[in-house]
Amino acid sequence: MAKFDMGDDSVVVIIGSGAGGGTLANELCQKGIKVVVLEAGGVQSSASFINDEWKSFVQLAWLDPRTTSGSWRVAKDFSGLPAWICKTVGGTTTHWAGASLRLQEHEFKVKTTYGDIPGANLMDWPVTLKELEPWYAKAEDKMGVTRTNGIPGLPGNNNFKVMYSGATKLGYKDVHTGNMAINSQPRDGRGRCMQLGFCFQGCKSGAKWSTLYTEIPKAEATGNLDLRPQSHVTRIEHNEAGKVTGVVYFDKDGKEQRQKARVVCVAGNSIETPRLLLLSASNLFKDGLANSSGQVGRNYMRHMTGSVYAAFKNPVHMYRGTTMAGIIRDEAHHDTKRGFAGGYEMETLSLGIPFMAAFLNPGGWGEDFSWWMDRYTNLAGMWLVGEDMPRETNRVTLNTNVKDKWGSPVPNVHFDDHDNDIAMRNHAFKQGERVYQAAGAIRTFRTPPYPSTHNLGTCRMGASAKDSVCNAYGQTHDIPNLFISDGSQFTTGGAENPTLTIVTLAIRQADHIARQMSARAL
Amino acid sequence: MRVIPIAADSGACDEGTGEVPKLDLPLARREFLKGSGILMGTIAIGSPLAALAPSPVWAVELKVLTKAEGDALMKMGRTLYPHKRLADAVYALLAKDLDAKAAGDAATATLLRDGIAALNSAAGGNFARANDKKRLEIVKAIEGQPFFATVRGQCVTSLYDNDMAYATFGYPGSAWEKGGYITRGFQDLKWLPAPPLEASPKPWFG
Repeated sequence: MAKFDMGDDSVVVIIGSGAGGGTLANELCQKGIKVVVLEAGGVQSSASFINDEWKSFVQLAWLDPRTTSGSWRVAKDFSGLPAWICKTVGGTTTHWAGASLRLQEHEFKVKTTYGDIPGANLMDWPVTLKELEPWYAKAEDKMGVTRTNGIPGLPGNNNFKVMYSGATKLGYKDVHTGNMAINSQPRDGRGRCMQLGFCFQGCKSGAKWSTLYTEIPKAEATGNLDLRPQSHVTRIEHNEAGKVTGVVYFDKDGKEQRQKARVVCVAGNSIETPRLLLLSASNLFKDGLANSSGQVGRNYMRHMTGSVYAAFKNPVHMYRGTTMAGIIRDEAHHDTKRGFAGGYEMETLSLGIPFMAAFLNPGGWGEDFSWWMDRYTNLAGMWLVGEDMPRETNRVTLNTNVKDKWGSPVPNVHFDDHDNDIAMRNHAFKQGERVYQAAGAIRTFRTPPYPSTHNLGTCRMGASAKDSVCNAYGQTHDIPNLFISDGSQFTTGGAENPTLTIVTLAIRQADHIARQMSARAL
Repeated sequence: MRVIPIAADSGACDEGTGEVPKLDLPLARREFLKGSGILMGTIAIGSPLAALAPSPVWAVELKVLTKAEGDALMKMGRTLYPHKRLADAVYALLAKDLDAKAAGDAATATLLRDGIAALNSAAGGNFARANDKKRLEIVKAIEGQPFFATVRGQCVTSLYDNDMAYATFGYPGSAWEKGGYITRGFQDLKWLPAPPLEASPKPWFG
């Protein structure tokens, strides 16, 4: 692995090593560009991952203090844990389920398609599906997405059998084991899925794509990557000309360091990325970096989510095999006849006994709660995930009343469900219940949202510097050598799990940065 | 407090129920029991745990709470999360974990002692001996109060994140060392038809 000097101002500094940062690092390194990756978390591996829900959670999750506000249920159930994302090399690609779906054409132009929706800050993306298609293809090949590039689908588990049976009885047509970045057969030096059932806990077989053991070692092999784990960035610095010059971070020994940079790319997930821009406010940029539009931290999206669990007379053993083992896509389209704009996906999900107790019905107790736990082996489960409305008032701000261990104000995450989100969730709950009833469920249960895993939109891309933070390449309008490289870029959320799109944008951004560097525009 | 975990030799996993042959039964040696309260019991014959544990006797030593207080917390756990199949030994873990918190924090100790005293008072003397209906009424009446929230919150991990609960509810836990489920029943459900191959292709075996 390379070691670059703290004063080397020719390097690209990437903050974060997940889907965005890890991919961008490898893409740049492959092009011969020197990269320093600063990752707040430590290094784990398939060997050190733990098949135990709480132990793994403590090992991987981002547990630095955060606060919440707003009327969303998460603020009540998990007031200090708005998001379930990771602080580890590989970021949340260690925890993600692997669902890799392209956004639909209309989801890049929702303002045009949905029109004005009161209380929603809709905007078209500055890029179309057509422009992204070749980049999506590169991402699918890189990640080994099933049902693309001639890769077979995964075998469905018992949980999927139940979903498939109910869905097809209900008349749904687009039902299968999904487009998953999980090897159905050996590929890219990694084995095939062993159906462990612990996708969320870090894949111990390495069958699930994670930057931890794909992009990052490939980048290291080029000799162009200097990966520094346990490096928590607290500030991005700039010069009088308004260009960023480097970052300040605390290393693994708690010592303050200052790394110079030619380009800085922020990929800390949609809570930490805007927080860092806000923490970097200066005399020149009083409202934070790249924030002349006032949109940094705003339009926070977390997808419309919810789960349906169903109890059956006979055993299901849903915990066996891939967590997200199959999908129903028939509700993913836009059709306002259902009473809302946008669409949603229905994807199987399972939890072990420890997390079932924590998440089935947070705060719940009594005979009814016990009834569900008693029938654990006979439960099937699905997750509902759909497009939520961006709102200027849903936002990440600095909470100056609470400080983290480095003395920085913690992020506060404010969220109020839009009426469209509520209407969609109710529709999705009902359809999820109908699927399971069609498969013979004796009872169904509507589980409220888990802490957010799909955090999006807080540094949105747009055509104009007036109402967006960055351009179609994630390059900030205000500071040309400062890039947004994660899901914060999303103009709107789409219905699909976002990782494939984050990786796609990172590959495209790397190409843009390399071209601009050789043209000396950066 | 001392807890001697029992780890039985791991035999074959029972595919039918998904039970795990590994227990962390809190068995304390009597000669070391010096705490203010000691909770003891036996595992019922016929319980899925009985066949797996080396001894049917369990004991938990409390540091700051009395036996009577421990009994009350166990009963409150059973009132909040009533499971006929779940052994008292698991509810004793709730008392043990709350006792450990009380030992580390005086405010928690006071909260628990006062809360338990209020339970007893509402039961006309002894909450642990009140009938199911009465206990439910008493707990329902304090829902949302700090004592209730502390005990209920602790239940989530104390009752459900242990090997005895896994075995009782049929959750096998870690799958890695057993090779996952690729050859161990991940698609063994027979009461519904198998999906067609285009929806769910066959597993790859080389």
